[in-house]
Amino acid sequence: MEIEAKSHPLDRYLRADRIPHIWCPGCGLGTVLNCFLHALEETDIDLKNLAVVSGIGCTGRVAGYINVDSYHTTHGRAVPFATGLKLANPKLKVVVFSGDGDLFAIGGNHFIHAARRNIDMTVICVNNYNYGMTGGQLGPTTPLEARATTAPYGNIEHPFNLCHVAAASGAVYVARWTSLHVRRLKESMKEALNKKGFSFVEIIAPCPTAFGRRNKEPTGLETLKYYKEHSVIKHGIDPAEADIEMGGDIVVGKFVDIEKPTFDEAVHELIKKARK
Amino acid sequence: MKYWVKKELKPPHGKVYIIKDRCKGCGFCIEFCPQGVLQESEEFNAKGYHPPKLVETDDKKCIGCGFCSLICPEFAIHIEKEEEEKDEKAD
Ligand SMILES: Cc1ncc(C[n+]2csc(CCOP(=O)(O)OP(=O)(O)O)c2C)c(N)n1
Ligand code: SF4
Ligand code: SF4
Ligand code: SF4
Ligand SMILES: [Mg+2]
Repeated sequence: MEIEAKSHPLDRYLRADRIPHIWCPGCGLGTVLNCFLHALEETDIDLKNLAVVSGIGCTGRVAGYINVDSYHTTHGRAVPFATGLKLANPKLKVVVFSGDGDLFAIGGNHFIHAARRNIDMTVICVNNYNYGMTGGQLGPTTPLEARATTAPYGNIEHPFNLCHVAAASGAVYVARWTSLHVRRLKESMKEALNKKGFSFVEIIAPCPTAFGRRNKEPTGLETLKYYKEHSVIKHGIDPAEADIEMGGDIVVGKFVDIEKPTFDEAVHELIKKARK
Repeated sequence: MKYWVKKELKPPHGKVYIIKDRCKGCGFCIEFCPQGVLQESEEFNAKGYHPPKLVETDDKKCIGCGFCSLICPEFAIHIEKEEEEKDEKAD
């Protein structure tokens, strides 16, 4: 027999007065947050030294649920806000947690330049193929032919492959998982958190309410079953070969893990030099 | 020798804790539990969903793998890995 419980061991990482969260039944966001909190629990990061920054969107709500210093910034500006935090206080561990639209549409330029400059932060992007919060408009990751409120006959815009964008922009750690790969995702989040430099983890996750319903996957469970059938793990491949297509396989794995000097180190070196 | 062989073969076991009123009935834990020991219950929780219940049989038991507790979007289910039971001393 199961045992009825009143609380969860991860509750101490959550703002308890805000739980239950507002995410829909079957939404992947709760799973991703769950994996992130498990990952935090298994690293030795001092929570007093951690800042989580989100932009706007359903994913952006993470900042309001996690019980650490967190910032819910304006739409698209999570990365520049996080950059400022990191440069002002280099000891901070800075994590950006946001959606595909926030990070790659309105915030796209910030993302590529933070990766290019190798700013020491971890960016976790939940890619649900659309703007969930505002009712399911197409965004920069909507696969070709998928339906969205603003693409009733199917999307004709070529989507970004986020891992390819991150790697090409200079990220030192790049991985993709689905929200079904919970154990591998948790391990990847730990690696990204422990990585010095710009690390990027993309999570393909269901948004049954705004996206799935229009694309023959009306429940999160159906989308997870699709991931089970169609995910292929390919560690170390060129992420350019991991495009996502409707009805196709989803390539997941760790694609990039390299070393490079970070911007914050360089800037503090430079300050020292200039003051001599 | 016999003692150790017996001990290593003992399957791990877990205790399942459910916070029923948090469940939104997504079915993730039920569908993907590798042991198939979770089922939808008939009872309604405060939000009107059917939280899962544990249904163990002689050959299907929770192994404490923790998958359900990682995938639950609602922080509604968690497990405690049972201490290895002491074997009766083989003589
Ligand atoms: C400046 C500005 N423009 C537009 C919006 C409307 N808006 C809110 S959330 C959002 C998109 C969110 O998409 P995504 O980041 O993918 O998050 P999701 O809801 O899918 O998790 C938009 C366009 C806004 N809040 N602010
Ligand atoms: S609209 Fe989509 S992304 Fe937003 S909470 Fe609902 S299922 Fe999740
Ligand atoms: S811990 Fe593993 S075996 Fe036990 S109920 Fe959860 S998923 Fe099933
Ligand atoms: S995963 Fe969580 S929310 Fe979903 S059915 Fe199981 S207990 Fe309920
Ligand atoms: Mg989105």
